[in-house]
Amino acid sequence: MLAGGSILKMADPFFRLADISKSYAGLQAVQGVNFAVSSGEVIGLVGENGAGKSTLMKIIGGVIEPSSGTLEIDGVQRKSLTVLESMRSGIAFVHQELNLFDNLDVASNVYIGREPLYGGPFRLVDRKKLNADVQPLLDRLGVDFTPETMVSDMSIAQRQLLEIVKALSLNSRLVIMDEPTSSLTLIETDRLLAVVAGLKASGVSVIFISHRLNELTKCADRVVVLRDGCIVGELAKGDISHGAMIRLMIGRDLKALYVPPAARPGEDVLKISNVRTTVYPTQTVSLSVRQGEILGLAGLVGAGRTELARAIFGIDPLLSGSVAVNGKAIQVDDPRQAIGHGIFLVPEDRKRCGLLLDISIAENIALPNMQACASGGLVNDVIVAANAERQRERLHIRAPNVDQEGSSLSGGNQQKVVLAKWLAMNPRVLICDEPTRGVDVGAKSELYEMLRLLADSGVAILMISSDMEEVIGVSDRIAVMHEGMISGFLERAEFSEHNVLRLAVGESIH
Amino acid sequence: MFKKDIGLLILILVVGTVVAVINPLFLSAINLGNTANLVGLFGIFAIGQAFVIITGGIELSVGSIIALLGVLFVDLIVGHEMAWPLALVLMLVLGVVIGLIHGLLITRMHMQPFIVTLCGLLIYRGAARFYTQDGTAGFGFGVSLPQLEWLTTGRTFGVPHSFMALIVIACLMWVVLHRSVFGRYLYAVGKNEEAARYSGIRTNRVIIAAYVISAILTAISAIFFAMYTRSISPSSHGNFYELYAIAAAVLGGCSLRGGEGSIVGVVLGTVLLQVLQNLVNLLGIPSSLNFAVMGSVILIGVLADQQFAEYRKRKSEAAGKISTA
Repeated sequence: MLAGGSILKMADPFFRLADISKSYAGLQAVQGVNFAVSSGEVIGLVGENGAGKSTLMKIIGGVIEPSSGTLEIDGVQRKSLTVLESMRSGIAFVHQELNLFDNLDVASNVYIGREPLYGGPFRLVDRKKLNADVQPLLDRLGVDFTPETMVSDMSIAQRQLLEIVKALSLNSRLVIMDEPTSSLTLIETDRLLAVVAGLKASGVSVIFISHRLNELTKCADRVVVLRDGCIVGELAKGDISHGAMIRLMIGRDLKALYVPPAARPGEDVLKISNVRTTVYPTQTVSLSVRQGEILGLAGLVGAGRTELARAIFGIDPLLSGSVAVNGKAIQVDDPRQAIGHGIFLVPEDRKRCGLLLDISIAENIALPNMQACASGGLVNDVIVAANAERQRERLHIRAPNVDQEGSSLSGGNQQKVVLAKWLAMNPRVLICDEPTRGVDVGAKSELYEMLRLLADSGVAILMISSDMEEVIGVSDRIAVMHEGMISGFLERAEFSEHNVLRLAVGESIH
Repeated sequence: MFKKDIGLLILILVVGTVVAVINPLFLSAINLGNTANLVGLFGIFAIGQAFVIITGGIELSVGSIIALLGVLFVDLIVGHEMAWPLALVLMLVLGVVIGLIHGLLITRMHMQPFIVTLCGLLIYRGAARFYTQDGTAGFGFGVSLPQLEWLTTGRTFGVPHSFMALIVIACLMWVVLHRSVFGRYLYAVGKNEEAARYSGIRTNRVIIAAYVISAILTAISAIFFAMYTRSISPSSHGNFYELYAIAAAVLGGCSLRGGEGSIVGVVLGTVLLQVLQNLVNLLGIPSSLNFAVMGSVILIGVLADQQFAEYRKRKSEAAGKISTA
């Protein structure tokens, strides 16, 4: 099924992408995408994490330039757009992370940078006209806030609507909503969907990106499915169903990558029971990781996995519940305590949390274990360098020497340095949060090999990953999270993209 | 020694040579001795400031602490006839307490260092003035504390003891900052507190320790200053000293963003500041221009250093590109 074919039948598409591709450092993020939008059309856009949705939307918004292909607006062809051109063409974004000024009121946010002025050279803001201009837009959406409501006093749902007001104020013809409902309640979601229907009725087109397939069945005229940067299919209004969408989103055999463990997994090493974290304070999570096992923790972005890892490692507070290592309950108020019990974390945000970019590889590796490289409180740099050198050889860190600063390394080698600092200390439990994000293919397989070696040496590994290939190809068992709770566990026999995805969107697999 | 330190040393030598050529008095034993004394007095608390700045913080209450502890020290000895060693220990303890309070407010209460120490600046100054009811606290003519005076204001072979104290403290602090585990943690926290925490460093403790070290060194300075001036007028004693400390630290290569700085640099920064003060006096520049001269030199120095660093970076990047191509 080719994407372009059916689109061409639609009436008067005013916006068209032809054969758009984008690659980052050899990685193909989007390939040969054909995509057109007609006025008054609501298009659902779905795909796994990393399928290329954001890249595609950034191209439309003028944030990034495509490597090849053309964009056509009202019959005019272009190689790329700038942000301003995109805005002037009537394209508006409602971002997942909202771009509002908390300290300003509604009207000021809507007209930021283009306020009506008076007073000639003094350029004073005409408050009256500002409010008068905003009011009709608010009326059009039927919202429950006024031009003078402070954004800091508004709920997430109201802010979401305010973003849409902003889009309307620009006379937008195409509004792109990136997961607009991810933080809304059911009732708020329904209201948003009503607003989308209203937009459609007044001739505005909407691209609606969502992981919640339910909403798409309600509001979309058609659903476009992306996988690995390509449009793999399109469902017309009558054909939109969960099964059809999930079938299109997946479709590879990912089990081939798997290397089985050397021995059967042993006893539970890490056991967490009824843990509540700050992002989902009403949900509890229980799971355990056995000795020598890699437990994959899958789920959609925002499911609460990173927060769970942070809580186990003592970065964020545990609201309730317990963490036990080798059957003994432990206290984790602080990463140092977690480290003391042999729980180590390779964090998601490598550059901010994983390592210090402007100190040497050697010091990065020594940092959590500096006492071991010191006598009488004084650091012995010879030991620091020797330890680092040992880890560099063990993990094949590609750097001329261990005095190099962290920033000089590639993503994969930086990740090896993060891993190296923990390996030097004999972990019991290793939590890896998106261990191969931003890592090239070669380093990826090296990292997988390393994780397997570690597991075989008796470490319990909890691997958070949004990369389906990784979750299915590396894990011995998978736990899937959905909105703050575990929606299911999968044994190897049950591993499939289909099952992981169903659990990730909160459905049952049986 | 870092490249930055060598640049600073060269600057000091150049300025010194110019002053010496114009006015040979600069190199007289008396002038050098006096300048060394001032370097000692100002250098001790500047080192403390550097510890705080390396964590990415700032300590604005230095001058007020020097006034308050100075007043208390003098009054305990003169007014309450306390033995001076006891008074000295008490002042150090008070320094620890002040540092702890600052550190705790900043780490546990998540207050900004600028605000906490600005309030400290106001509070300690007010407390000092209230304590003496705005009167001057001083050692009268009859008071004689030979050992303490010898220790603080005495000289050996013409070298002021305050300067020797600075050298001893600088050596000690050099080991702490550049060789100890704590020093590594301090730099790590200043460079990236988040990553330091993920590496299991108890970042709060490190930050609190930096404020405590700063306050102890400031307390030591306070005693040296009290003995040097012998009479303390609490409304003006130590005014702007925090700025001397910050200036010395910044000249010495500390970045206010944290994570950078060296002991040698801070000491050299202090030397440069005092040489500049001296220059104003010796060259007959109106003393009203004192601060303006200092400000201009710091501005030019830091600007030149940054431009130079950027130039070096571009050059090394260009070299890197060629070698990988």
